[in-house]
Amino acid sequence: MGTIVFQGLVGLSVAMYLWLISAGLTIIFGVLGVINFAHGSLFMLGAYFAFTFYGLLGWNFWLAIVLSLGGTAAVGFVMERFFLRYLYGVDEAYQLLLTFGFILILDDAVKMIWGGVFRIPPIPAFLEGNWSVVGRPFPVYNVFIIVAGIVVGIVLWLGFERTWWGRTIRATASDREMANAIGVNVPRVFSGVFMVGAMLAALGGALGSPVRVASPGLGAAMIIQAFVITVIGGLGNLPGAFVGSLIVGILSAYGTLLFPVFELALIYMVMAIVLLVRPQGLFAR
Amino acid sequence: MATATAAPQKGERISRPAGVALGLLVLALFLLPVVGGTYAQYVAIQVMILSLFALGFNVLFGYTGLLSFGQAGFYAVGAYGCAKLLMLKPSLLFGVAGGTLLAGAAALVLGILCIRHTRIYFSMLTLAFGMMIYSVALKWRDFTGGDDGLVGVPRAPLEIPGLLSINLATMGRYYYFVLVVFLLAVAVAYRLVHSPLGLTLQGIRDSERRMAFTGVPVRRYRLIAFMIAGSYAGLAGALLPALENTVTPPIAHWSTSADPVLATLLGGIQTFAGPMVGAFLLFIIKDIIVRFTEYWLIWLGIIVVVLVMGFRGGVASLVVERWRAFQRYSRGG
Repeated sequence: MGTIVFQGLVGLSVAMYLWLISAGLTIIFGVLGVINFAHGSLFMLGAYFAFTFYGLLGWNFWLAIVLSLGGTAAVGFVMERFFLRYLYGVDEAYQLLLTFGFILILDDAVKMIWGGVFRIPPIPAFLEGNWSVVGRPFPVYNVFIIVAGIVVGIVLWLGFERTWWGRTIRATASDREMANAIGVNVPRVFSGVFMVGAMLAALGGALGSPVRVASPGLGAAMIIQAFVITVIGGLGNLPGAFVGSLIVGILSAYGTLLFPVFELALIYMVMAIVLLVRPQGLFAR
Repeated sequence: MATATAAPQKGERISRPAGVALGLLVLALFLLPVVGGTYAQYVAIQVMILSLFALGFNVLFGYTGLLSFGQAGFYAVGAYGCAKLLMLKPSLLFGVAGGTLLAGAAALVLGILCIRHTRIYFSMLTLAFGMMIYSVALKWRDFTGGDDGLVGVPRAPLEIPGLLSINLATMGRYYYFVLVVFLLAVAVAYRLVHSPLGLTLQGIRDSERRMAFTGVPVRRYRLIAFMIAGSYAGLAGALLPALENTVTPPIAHWSTSADPVLATLLGGIQTFAGPMVGAFLLFIIKDIIVRFTEYWLIWLGIIVVVLVMGFRGGVASLVVERWRAFQRYSRGG
């Protein structure tokens, strides 16, 4: 019984990284109608920035996170403003191909700058140590991640539902021509949303770097899990992304315990079942 | 008979100069071992393998409008399947045919799931399922050898029981085997895309709804296209183990799926020969870049971005356009 509860908590903390990356992916899709294949690479960039500012230069932890979000948002801005923007009119296959090109560029750029080895910043002192959960040591840092993920979820929900910006973005998502007609600066909304999505991915990467390790293959590993989540939850659906993350995170935590060899296969099996039963995703409208 | 309606369309009929050029190219391919050394043969085999890989991919992308990022999975099924069979019974045809069939079967099973969606969803699904095959290749140590892969795969002789047995141990002989398989597979693909099947696939790409109205079972045709692409990826992969004598998990990784995508994009999606031209160009570009830097993926990425931003037709269609313009000009029109 204790094992079940404990492993569930481990899964919950894994789910929070997945939630941060798939939230960005799904928001960008919902508003811009674009799937950012390079979203995992932005997650990876966030991790490397955090490593550089906090682990290498030894700056303040919170400052390092803010800088990592800013840096990744800047990369996202360049991707949207100077490249993607010119492809909104053409076949969406080309948008996929473009962001696919960005994966190749970012993955190799990271190798050039930081080398091919793993980079791990330390866990900040005030988040070190363990709490006792069902008689076992549970890292405080994981508790911090779980809280952070939930806080981000609440902030996103309030932001979309209760603010002027949120209403503008929702209006643009549901009808960009109409939004444009009533005076919304649609291109600016697109840039802004893409940057917010990039920052969410970077936050996942930055918070995850002390435990999940910054490595050149991180982006690919993350984007594939994010895809599985969006297929399960329904594309462009924020609550779906949250529930999908919980399912994948918790399943993979139990999976590593029960069948370590086929942990990943388990997740794909869930995806296949969802596809057969409800191809539009569990939460699609 | 179905063949009666399968006459080539006007634009696709092979003109005399093109036919002569094609004949010369095939002749050159047959003469290559006489002129070039082992390395040239090795590279030529690699180009032919990638050509088959990309050709199948383009049946799915260029002709049917489905962009798959998971073809490496079927490539790996072909390679691992062939390697396993060769280690079981050293007969090349047995291994290559078996690997191809296994990949086709894998494409049937995963295709049923993947074609439930089109467009963006389809691309995401193929990537995910492709990586599922990668994780199996990496983790199922007892069967696939895990990280180390399968080593010591023999370059088995070409055997037809009671009829013939040809030793293919040298690179030159294996080259001829690959060349014959390659030419046959290209001919089959050419017939396929210029048959009613090929036209139906293009119809589905251009207007799914109209095709459905005319009574075409759209999903079944998409599944067929998926299986053709998977089988060609499998055939390409099945030619690999006898060449390299080993099979390792990276061939199943998504970065291998990028190869046919890049080749097709480089050569052009609208022409039949595009993916093959692209495969050739990709090898030359790789060869040049790795002389200067180990970071060649970043350059490939930049090439992809430039192609997508500026040259969505690819190199082959650029050549075709120039050629047509030249013909119009020389006719005085």
